[in-house]
Amino acid sequence: MSDKLSEKRKIKSAKKMRDIMTTYYLDAMTAGQNNKQIAWITSGGPVEPLVAMDIIPIYPENHGAMIGASKMGEDLCIKAEDMGYSSDLCSYARADISCSVVKGGPIGGLPEPDMLICCNNICGTVLKWYEVQARFYNVPLFILDTPICHTRYSPEIAKYVQAQIDEYIAFLEKVTKRKFNYEKMAEVGRLAFEAQLLWQKVLNTTAHKPSPMSAFDAFFFLALIVTLRGTKIAVDFYKELLGEMEQRIKDGISMVPNEKYRLLWDNLPVWYQLKWLSQKFSDHNACLVADTYTSAWCGAIQYTNKDNFIGSIAEAYTRIYLNIGVDQMAGQVLDMIKFYNADGLVMHSNRSCKPYSFGQMDIMKIVREKTNLPVLMIEADMVDPRNFSQSQVETRIDAFMEIIKQKND
Amino acid sequence: MIYAGIDIGSITAKAALIKNNRLLGTHVIMTGYDPINAGIKVFDALLKQSRISKTQISAIISTGYGRASVSFADKALTEIICHGTGAHFMNPEIRGIIDVGGQDSKAIFLDQNGQVENFAMNDKCAAGTGRFLEVMAKALEVDLELLGDFSLAADKPSKISSICTVFAESEVISMIAKQERRENIIAGIHESAAARVAILANKIKIKKPVMMTGGVAKNKGMVNSLENRLGFKLIVGDLAQENGAIGAAVLASKL
Repeated sequence: MSDKLSEKRKIKSAKKMRDIMTTYYLDAMTAGQNNKQIAWITSGGPVEPLVAMDIIPIYPENHGAMIGASKMGEDLCIKAEDMGYSSDLCSYARADISCSVVKGGPIGGLPEPDMLICCNNICGTVLKWYEVQARFYNVPLFILDTPICHTRYSPEIAKYVQAQIDEYIAFLEKVTKRKFNYEKMAEVGRLAFEAQLLWQKVLNTTAHKPSPMSAFDAFFFLALIVTLRGTKIAVDFYKELLGEMEQRIKDGISMVPNEKYRLLWDNLPVWYQLKWLSQKFSDHNACLVADTYTSAWCGAIQYTNKDNFIGSIAEAYTRIYLNIGVDQMAGQVLDMIKFYNADGLVMHSNRSCKPYSFGQMDIMKIVREKTNLPVLMIEADMVDPRNFSQSQVETRIDAFMEIIKQKND
Repeated sequence: MIYAGIDIGSITAKAALIKNNRLLGTHVIMTGYDPINAGIKVFDALLKQSRISKTQISAIISTGYGRASVSFADKALTEIICHGTGAHFMNPEIRGIIDVGGQDSKAIFLDQNGQVENFAMNDKCAAGTGRFLEVMAKALEVDLELLGDFSLAADKPSKISSICTVFAESEVISMIAKQERRENIIAGIHESAAARVAILANKIKIKKPVMMTGGVAKNKGMVNSLENRLGFKLIVGDLAQENGAIGAAVLASKL
């Protein structure tokens, strides 16, 4: 009986997504044979122009997540440290740099790039990381510098970033020796816009009680909005996933068996502990219903113009969650707490991700003052398990849940 | 009705019994390498000492790092909730707790009903814990129990700048080589550990009166350094070390 129930809880679209991702990586691995070029791009970078130019985008950060989830992070991080990199360097960067050299990891290393696209809207580390890779592979590097919008998107920022978007297109024309196709760009833009809308709708379904999926599922289903944004594949997939979520709501299928408490997660996942963490919260009848991380890939949709996508790219890519002021970030967290009706906030202080972890103490304070909800801070790292202590984290989660139960019961 | 609480810490195991909301007795042993056995042993010893048989116990709650290894407990709860409840039971006025145990240190904020409102714990690091003091006592060839007395006799506490236990130990060793007074080094160690713990208390904006619990509360030097750092007096009961077990027993009576 319980086996049947847990079978029912499984999200059916997961298999399809795995297949799509496998095809995506196989296509990239054989790109050379098909006269296709590969661009490595940062997770927050504008990918749509690449898709419009028929260049295959590859995400070292998505690869980093795969390395973490397959528990190969420690080994690759140590290899990077052997090469002389500091253990304080981001574990995605360490794993990616050493993987390029040893061709390790779950898929034997990424397909080699023909160019690198680096946008610093997510962090500053990517600048040096991509410079290292540009030297290693001896390929051209394009850097898109997006100033942090502490309070607003000023005309100066708009002008500065727009000039770089123009340079970006010129860069792509030069590297591919082909003219930029604006018509195709418009079509890709519409698809990217649609996929983001759909992704937001998928995430919104968890506002329902009980939630049809958890943030742990969102961490998984995120892969397509990151890697295949701007394609029909992503749009079709998220339509299907949205349909499945709506059906689960109708059928009363929840992800956590006895969902009683609803929590919000902040920062990247702890990739190598997903299963343990999800079980831990589930044992407390708690569901992580939403997170600030997966929503980042549709958070700037309000600045995107679907009928003039390329014209709105500068603003949409500059005003993302990690590139705004702490007050605005806290505002978004408060909105999410309200929308998803959360009973508490769990923050992952991520040793690797400095820009994400830097303002957390302030956000924590603001959330506590405005909502009086319990907030938990867990110290860990997204890929390097040497920065994670299971028994310490366990005590913190247990105590946090005891407080929530005391408050609610 | 008699209720029991068992607190398996990283260094010591504690047990407490309560009857009709009054404390019957407590017992402390070393945890050693076998937390499962420590739970059984400390419980049996307390029953024997209190002349009570197992069948008279209505409910048991386990807590501490080894809470999951007490198979005969009815429920396991974290030491945060148990210390909160224990402190409130001993003194209902208490609004803040600083608990320094073997493996970690924490600051707890209680509401007026004795319920935990917020807490902060040390990060993945032994600095500011009982283990830190244990390592230092060994390097200085002083009994752990005597650290407090030594530090109270200091005239000029040494300055320990490293926050890491391993680095602090080598710093202490170089001070020994320079023949600094042992009393001053020990006082310096307490100040360094107290600085770490005080951060936790300040982080959650702890409210007075504050009780200090955990094994390290028995160390007068550490209490002294913490009070200086925080700028107010701490309430330290005779049963500071057993406070978590007492709280567990109180919570068992509410099951």
